[in-house]
Amino acid sequence: MPPLDETDRRLLDDFQRGFPLTPRPYAVLGQRLGLAEDEVRRRLGRLHDAGIISRVGAVVRPHTAGCSTLAALAVPPADLERVAALVSAQPEVNHNYQRDHAFNLWFVICADSREAVGAVLERIADASGLEPLDLPLLEDFHIDLGFPLWT
Amino acid sequence: MTTPPFDEIDRRIVLATQEGLPLVPAPYAEVARQVGIDEAELLERLRRMQGDGRIRRIGAVPNHYALGYRFNGMTVWDVPDARARALGRAVGALPFVSHCYLRPRHPPDWPYTLFAMVHGRDRDTALAHVEAIARLLGADDLGHQVLFSSRILKKTGLRLSGGHGA
Repeated sequence: MPPLDETDRRLLDDFQRGFPLTPRPYAVLGQRLGLAEDEVRRRLGRLHDAGIISRVGAVVRPHTAGCSTLAALAVPPADLERVAALVSAQPEVNHNYQRDHAFNLWFVICADSREAVGAVLERIADASGLEPLDLPLLEDFHIDLGFPLWT
Repeated sequence: MTTPPFDEIDRRIVLATQEGLPLVPAPYAEVARQVGIDEAELLERLRRMQGDGRIRRIGAVPNHYALGYRFNGMTVWDVPDARARALGRAVGALPFVSHCYLRPRHPPDWPYTLFAMVHGRDRDTALAHVEAIARLLGADDLGHQVLFSSRILKKTGLRLSGGHGA
């Protein structure tokens, strides 16, 4: 994809929140940026296809529609690929990261209830032979307003 | 503070909008059709969920990694329990912290309770953010670590189960 121009940057930085709740939102964005509605849609589509934005949509407060936890495993390096694959294969796991630490596998489990989250943890413990660290969110301090990209 | 009950329609709206608004001229009408309500009700419910905080924001969700933020550090801090909430609010307000959470400790393996995510286009910038948090916490920093991600193994949007197949 060609480098981002000033308009792309504004699309990314100015509209991480406050996306218009009106029937023709892309037309409203276009008015603010001096672009036609279909040009806004074309640019957003291009940014999405290039992986620059993951979506234009809602960011929901944790635990609004279910229950989740952050879990970690300290996997012996020789076993990492096997365990990483079995964790990623769980449909309730939506993030799975390798990190540079003795606890080297970090993943988020989302399910309908605390019991369902516990069942996934148990499944992973049984399959991996390792005891996950269970770190459910107790409090969330950040009011997520997006993240300035070009400051 | 009480949050109004989250009904099945709200749930379907969250699911539909989390996956992204369609890039058609009238995206809300399209989502409303998927959910089985009219456009005006959809907009009303989105406004309500945004007003009570269940929806944080609606907008473009950038992929920080693709934009060159390759150094994503999960910083974890052991802080005194009695001060954790005040400290969490202060750390969460820093402009370079994208998420800040309190989580339980599991001694002796895991003494850390305050989690703050920092991002940088290079390692030094990310580490400078860690230093800034350490300065802010001062004597309340009883120990901390930075865990950089070395590989993204899986990353998908919110998944809700029930009522839609898998």
